Amino acid sequence: MNGMVKNIAYIGDSESVKGFGAVGIKAVVCDRSEDAAAVLKDITEKDRYAVIYMTEELYAAAEKEVIKLAEEPVPAIIPLPGAKGSTGLGLGRLSSFVEKAVGSDILFK
Amino acid sequence: MAIMNVNPTRMQMSKLKKQLQTAKRGHKMLKDKRDELMRQFIELVQVNRRLREKVEAELKNCNSHFINAGAVMSKEALDSSLMTSKQRLGLDISKKNIMSVDVPVFSTVTASPDESEIFPYGYAFTSFELDDAVMSLNSVLPDLIKLAEIEKSCELMAAEIERTRRRVNSLEHVMIPRYEDTIKYIAMKLEENDRSSRTRLMKVKDMLLEKAHHYSEKQK
Repeated sequence: MNGMVKNIAYIGDSESVKGFGAVGIKAVVCDRSEDAAAVLKDITEKDRYAVIYMTEELYAAAEKEVIKLAEEPVPAIIPLPGAKGSTGLGLGRLSSFVEKAVGSDILFK
Repeated sequence: MAIMNVNPTRMQMSKLKKQLQTAKRGHKMLKDKRDELMRQFIELVQVNRRLREKVEAELKNCNSHFINAGAVMSKEALDSSLMTSKQRLGLDISKKNIMSVDVPVFSTVTASPDESEIFPYGYAFTSFELDDAVMSLNSVLPDLIKLAEIEKSCELMAAEIERTRRRVNSLEHVMIPRYEDTIKYIAMKLEENDRSSRTRLMKVKDMLLEKAHHYSEKQK
């Protein structure tokens, strides 16, 4: 594991991924949320990406696939607000971690 | 009282006593582990929250830059200038161990150190708004990667805390009481056996003495 170089990918609709390609992140366009799980599966199978960002809409759509990878140290799958703005899923995910660890959400309420 | 299905013997009891001791030691250690994990988790999750709020605001800002760029350039020109990329960003992954949880540590490796490499297009046919947009996105990158690292760590730690908590609880409320009850049960059973064999011996002694000296006949 140590010393391995992997890449970063960003799965999002064509509006949201704009510009990410330029800064060196592999931009993967996925315009239909039904395809999100399949696209994610395809990407994680190759095991070339250490971090996979997803727009919150697609993250929610591909949740089943994401949970399978939750226990592995890599890849880290991180939801980000897309071009349409934040849906609050990112912070919601964080409070779910707190809830899981502490038993109740003590930080965000 | 839940007791284990064991034979009430001394052998079994000393074995159980040893197991109980181990369970108690394990319980104490796991409890310490849980508390320390929890402390670190709470710290990290607060950092995570601040960072996420910052990154989300920055991304929003970037987005408005791209909208600006889209406004002064045609969609085709914008798309085609962003179609290719010169820069490739790699991540060097190493692991850090926080209380037995392996969390990833990312450090970036850029294919070329030249800052201007982030612009995959010639400057001749593009607006400076696009440059702004790409530059703003590039400046979010370190935070973005830090966020991925911290958020993944939080996720893994939360899972580990949950697991540890379950183990602590099962030791505390199931395993240890069960051992204690079983040991008590064996101790009582042994005492009972002791008493019953003693009374039997006394009875036998009485009978033997009676046979030898005929006490009851002499009393008449």
